[in-house]
Amino acid sequence: MSDLNTQAVARYKNNFLREVEERVEEGNMVKMCMQCGVCAGSCPFGPHWQHSPQKIFMMIRAGKREEVLSSDSMWMCTSCYNCIVRCPRKLPITHIMHGLANYAHRLNLAAKGQPTRDVARLFWNNLMKTGRINELTFSLGLYFKDGFIQGIKNSLAMQAAGLGLLKAKRLNPMEIFGGHKCKEKSGIHRMIAKAREIEDRRRGLA
Amino acid sequence: MADNKFAAYICSGCGIGDAFKMAALEKVATKEGKMSMVKSHPFLCNAEGVQMIRDDIANEAVTHICIAACSRRAKTEAFNFPTVAMSRANLREGVLWVVAAGAEHDEVRQEMAEDYIRMGCAEIKKMNLPKGNANRDQTRNKSILVVGGGMTGMTAALAAAEAGYEIVLVEKTDALGGFAARLWKRVPFSGPYAAPQATGVAEMAASIGANARIKVHLNTTVAETGGAPGRFKIKLATESGSVSELTVGAIVQASGFTPYDIGKLPELGGGQANVVDQAGLEALAKAANGGAIKRADGKDIKSVVFVQCAGQRDETGTHLPYCSGHCCATSIKQAMYFKDANPEVDTVVMYDDLRVPGMGEDFYRSAQQKGVIFTKGKASKVTGGDSCKVEFADLILDEQTSIDADLVVLATGQVANAGVNLDAWTEVNTLAEGGDEGAKQKRTEMKTISILNLDYRQGPDVPQFKHGFADSHFICFPYETRRTGIYAAGPMRRPMDMLQATEDATGAAMKAIQAVENAAAGRAAHPRAGDLSYPIARLEGCTQCKRCTVECPFGAIDEDEKRFPVFNEERCRRCGTCMGACPVRVISFENYSCDTVGMQVKAVNVPDEDEEKPRILILACENDAYPALDMAGVQRLTYSAYVRAIPVRCLGSVNTIWITDALNQGFDGVMMMGCKKGDDYQCHFVKGSEMAYYRMSKIGDTLTQLGLEPERVVTEEVAITDNARVAKLINDYAAQINDIGLSPMKGFG
Ligand code: SF4
Ligand code: SF4
Ligand code: SF4
Repeated sequence: MSDLNTQAVARYKNNFLREVEERVEEGNMVKMCMQCGVCAGSCPFGPHWQHSPQKIFMMIRAGKREEVLSSDSMWMCTSCYNCIVRCPRKLPITHIMHGLANYAHRLNLAAKGQPTRDVARLFWNNLMKTGRINELTFSLGLYFKDGFIQGIKNSLAMQAAGLGLLKAKRLNPMEIFGGHKCKEKSGIHRMIAKAREIEDRRRGLA
Repeated sequence: MADNKFAAYICSGCGIGDAFKMAALEKVATKEGKMSMVKSHPFLCNAEGVQMIRDDIANEAVTHICIAACSRRAKTEAFNFPTVAMSRANLREGVLWVVAAGAEHDEVRQEMAEDYIRMGCAEIKKMNLPKGNANRDQTRNKSILVVGGGMTGMTAALAAAEAGYEIVLVEKTDALGGFAARLWKRVPFSGPYAAPQATGVAEMAASIGANARIKVHLNTTVAETGGAPGRFKIKLATESGSVSELTVGAIVQASGFTPYDIGKLPELGGGQANVVDQAGLEALAKAANGGAIKRADGKDIKSVVFVQCAGQRDETGTHLPYCSGHCCATSIKQAMYFKDANPEVDTVVMYDDLRVPGMGEDFYRSAQQKGVIFTKGKASKVTGGDSCKVEFADLILDEQTSIDADLVVLATGQVANAGVNLDAWTEVNTLAEGGDEGAKQKRTEMKTISILNLDYRQGPDVPQFKHGFADSHFICFPYETRRTGIYAAGPMRRPMDMLQATEDATGAAMKAIQAVENAAAGRAAHPRAGDLSYPIARLEGCTQCKRCTVECPFGAIDEDEKRFPVFNEERCRRCGTCMGACPVRVISFENYSCDTVGMQVKAVNVPDEDEEKPRILILACENDAYPALDMAGVQRLTYSAYVRAIPVRCLGSVNTIWITDALNQGFDGVMMMGCKKGDDYQCHFVKGSEMAYYRMSKIGDTLTQLGLEPERVVTEEVAITDNARVAKLINDYAAQINDIGLSPMKGFG
């Protein structure tokens, strides 16, 4: 268990709803769900994930901490906003889904090997290096995330697309050597660190 | 009746004059209708036309008029001549608007109009101007008895008193307030619907005490109720045994409900420690008096589970099959008792469907804001004791699981206090009258739960509908019981919450006021409000068969020692079911009788077989079917010109003689159109259409004797909105008659 997780368990005991209310973005709206199921029926991903938003909210109220935080469901949300538009109780469902994903990630409880999570992590780390996204290293990182052999296979599979991008001057091979950066990288890092500090304080994660 | 003078007025407006040969119509009225005066007018319902009729009444001593124009349901304000008897021949909605256009239909259209004139004239010949209940001097009492001093009764008493009526309020316990007085707080009656409100019982009781028009009798029950609206004779019995008598004009029965016995729910922990019903929780809340609610054993409560629908909406037939409507909001309110005192108390409301009518949705949201947890689940087992356990199926997460709690509250339902079930009563009473000693004893036992102790022949209380609630026309006349002048309000009528009960109470109070006013004027109550006619029985011909007494849906008819029917005019709703029932046809109204309809049937000109023009008689209920026919006309839907429609007060008033007469006369078919019968009946007279179906089920033999196919008489259920359907029904039936062929009875009539 991560330290944050141990601390959270100790702090909220069995009251997972309260934990969500205090620590998850817009989590205080979870209690207002009336279990109508409209979100579950509206989500284009409905049939493909473990738990619909409706179920996630009920599980939170039933105190199913482990199951919720390790669910792959909130990672599947595409932010289409169908559910938000339709929810009769005006729950900001999409935001809550992302909030839950984020919280599960912070506590290191999120589903292992969840592709969305892996992509997000790669994206973030890539961005943090230079303050800009390096498309070449990001794509390569993605291709090679499951090892060298798989990486070669992935690269070959994407060869045509890559050449096309090169021809159209949408991809600069020189980026492999570091690429272009922000003017003041340390400033960006400080800014992000500050933002995180503020947010963690607000959510009691500090 | 040498002084009777008959006149017919034919309107040629609204296109009638263009579609019909007016001269021929006038001739029919004069020659065949035998009207001593026949006049046409281009615009009969305008001031000039109406004045013409008024002048004739004043100057020519006209006493009976037939107006041949629009439907009897149209222009009622213009054609309002209270001093003369009147019939209406429906040329506009009944002929002009429903017979297909075009010259090829001219002949049948004209025939139809002429028949309606013949019918209108034949009807008026047999009608008299109703004079109203002759005994109305004895029915002038306008005070109102309210039985039950709970929220419903108190509201009804205050409302009627405020309208200026004297009230006698009877309560069997030693204080006003009923169930409401047992509550700590009530579900809010007004915005923002966010928190429980004070019950308001004390204030109401105080304003009743201060109201000079309301006389309260505590510790008192109704020992006997006799008489009729305007002259109910009441015996009040006090606990000490003293009996006092009084007369009242109408009665509001607000006898409330009893919570379903929690002891019948052992599987849900009923009877075990720390498992209470909602009333039990109210008692704990009252004891806490605003502080933290404690268990009966004095311990703190940290968690409480509310189990909704306990012993309700039960499909197994063991418990209440219905939803009591108030208990979801009540549990929400009770969960708030805990949350408002201490937000740390865990409160779970376990529901299957959360039903919060009215503004309850706001109340529900407020509870969610306060942190009450709502779990969609079905409890299978509750264990009481020091630590309670609720085992349940989670219906969202689809699993069998359980919650622990310090206290479990079961939301049990409402059982109506409506008195004795008359069906059971009639059975026992019949045996008892036959001398059965066991039945006599049973009868005495049964009467102990009676609320009104009516001395009516039909039994001691108001008839019940499903599940022991008082019967009333759910949609149109919710407060009217099947005993005229007795109005049901509150949860003895249907399950409801307190706010609905107060609305019921004012509704019932208004109805009671109407009843005393109508009785004093010798008029009918709803739905023929204002009708001055009433059934008159020619007892010389009566065979004491008792059919009228039994079939009257309103218990209006008693029996004298010689077993002749005794009509209580004020109790009568003027449906005519007794008239339809009477096998020797001795019951009639001044303006509606076996003759007024019978002569219309006879007046129809039935063409000979070789003309190949069938005739179909329609007997249409005036409440729903006849308006639907009119509306078909208004919408210009066409139907067969071979039908002749006669409105009847209720299908229950249809005497089989009309049908046999029609068939004997050569009619090819008879369609009866009435309201829906059965459990979700729409009949304005409750049992009328059911009686008609029952009687018609027996008419088959008669048809066979006449050598006729059973399809020659059909009965249809028609709702007021069925205008398109009614036209189709007619056309389909006309086609069917065409297939069967013309009646072999033609020419014998
Ligand atoms: S926003 Fe997310 S959770 Fe909502 S409907 Fe779209 S994909 Fe589903
Ligand atoms: S649509 Fe809104 S209220 Fe309905 S189940 Fe989903 S979150 Fe709950
Ligand atoms: S059957 Fe109808 S008309 Fe006859 S007495 Fe009863 S209520 Fe009156």
